[in-house]
Amino acid sequence: MNELNHKKLKIRFIFYSLILLLFYGCAENAPFKDMTYTNVGTGESDSIQNQDIAVSAPIFHEEGIFPCSDCHADMEVNTKRRPLVDMHEEIYKSFNHDRKNLWCLDCHNANNRDYLHLANGKLISFKESEKLCGQCHGDKYRDWRFGVHGKRTGYWNGKKQYMLCVQCHNPHTPHFKKLKPMPPPVREEDLRNQD
Amino acid sequence: MQKDSYDSSRRDFLKKLPVAITGSAVALSSCSRQEIDEYLQENFRTLSSAEKKEIISNLEKKYSEKYGKKFIVSAKPAIDNTLFGYALDLSRCIGCRRCVYACVKENNQSRDPQIQWIQVLQMEKDKGIDFMHSDVHYDPELVPEEGYFYVPVSCQQCNNPPCIKVCPTKATWQEEDGIVVVDYDWCIGCRYCQAACPYGARHFNFGQPTVPAEEINPITHYLGNRPRIKGVVEKCTFCIQRVREGKYPSCVEICPVGARKFGNLLDPNSEVRYILKNKRVLVLKAELNTQPKFFYYFGV
Repeated sequence: MNELNHKKLKIRFIFYSLILLLFYGCAENAPFKDMTYTNVGTGESDSIQNQDIAVSAPIFHEEGIFPCSDCHADMEVNTKRRPLVDMHEEIYKSFNHDRKNLWCLDCHNANNRDYLHLANGKLISFKESEKLCGQCHGDKYRDWRFGVHGKRTGYWNGKKQYMLCVQCHNPHTPHFKKLKPMPPPVREEDLRNQD
Repeated sequence: MQKDSYDSSRRDFLKKLPVAITGSAVALSSCSRQEIDEYLQENFRTLSSAEKKEIISNLEKKYSEKYGKKFIVSAKPAIDNTLFGYALDLSRCIGCRRCVYACVKENNQSRDPQIQWIQVLQMEKDKGIDFMHSDVHYDPELVPEEGYFYVPVSCQQCNNPPCIKVCPTKATWQEEDGIVVVDYDWCIGCRYCQAACPYGARHFNFGQPTVPAEEINPITHYLGNRPRIKGVVEKCTFCIQRVREGKYPSCVEICPVGARKFGNLLDPNSEVRYILKNKRVLVLKAELNTQPKFFYYFGV
């Protein structure tokens, strides 16, 4: 009796080992196992931190834009909401970013004009303006960090370049301007008329 | 009576036979060895690597001479563990057609007669996705137009592609990474695939395709953007010559509003997988069970 049990156990052992082997083989061939992309983010975490932002922040690099403190350092701070005349009139007139509620000093820092500030008063540099945008546009900010909002160029399995918010959107008039479309495809009728 | 003029006796036929044989022998002897080899060339999938190498070096020489540029014809196979997928944001596309022309340039599509792999359809917002009433010839001063949205359509890279089932010469097939390709040397131009495709994504070279030498892209793939000849079918390959090198397709890179996303469907961290997980996604003509790997989504 005991011997029979022993035999049964032995057969069972071999059977299970075979099944295990079978599954081990599967695991070896599993498609995801060896996928290691150097720059791909890790799931829910802030994937952009693992990515290279190869495009440089545009502010202060473009012609005609200079540190605001060049003028503002010696000026008295006036925090009263008012139409801007003389200086920045252009911006004031074209400003179309929740015009009813927002004005300059909601984003620009009053005491140090070379900085922006978050809603909680924390100063941030112009180079990290996306954090400021993300305060209101949280869904876009999240999508952008995963490379879904905005444009990515470069390598789908490697180094990518991001555009920062202000490289596509003018922060004062964020809505895209309309574009002239490229020519439509040739019509067969047009070809026939040519002959 | 008329029938008689076509009638020929067995004797007549046998009399003419030697002439015909000699004639075709003469015609063939005027072909170079290479031309005969090209004519008898096997399907790309059955070629040995040595044969591929020889064919490709001949092609590179031929194209380089024709266009006066150094050509590269790659035959790079699929990268392991990749299944390419594409996602296009319908809420962002403005119908500017930048992608159409970037694609034409990158993939050496014929300028005259005109071939464009991407067609941008303008649709009315009130009607929703409605191919019957869509317009591909829209041409306003500025886009987007009020009340319209835009659906760019190219090969949907179906997982269950009807086009490859109908090909009588097996000149078109789906690669390991999911890209549906055409062997231009095996295509006999029957256009069955064109009829089978429910997306109008296959295009036929009715005439000798022309691309100006100064505009030709010399970085090519055998199954993609190498110069084509009259009488063959061609289609979008997700820019096979770019994506197998890790680059994004050229339509993704040109899109001014970032509406086009591309990546590996097997990589859970890819942009496309994020979209599939988090956005409202649709495929065109889902009822046909073609199972496209080209997804449309609403980013907003």
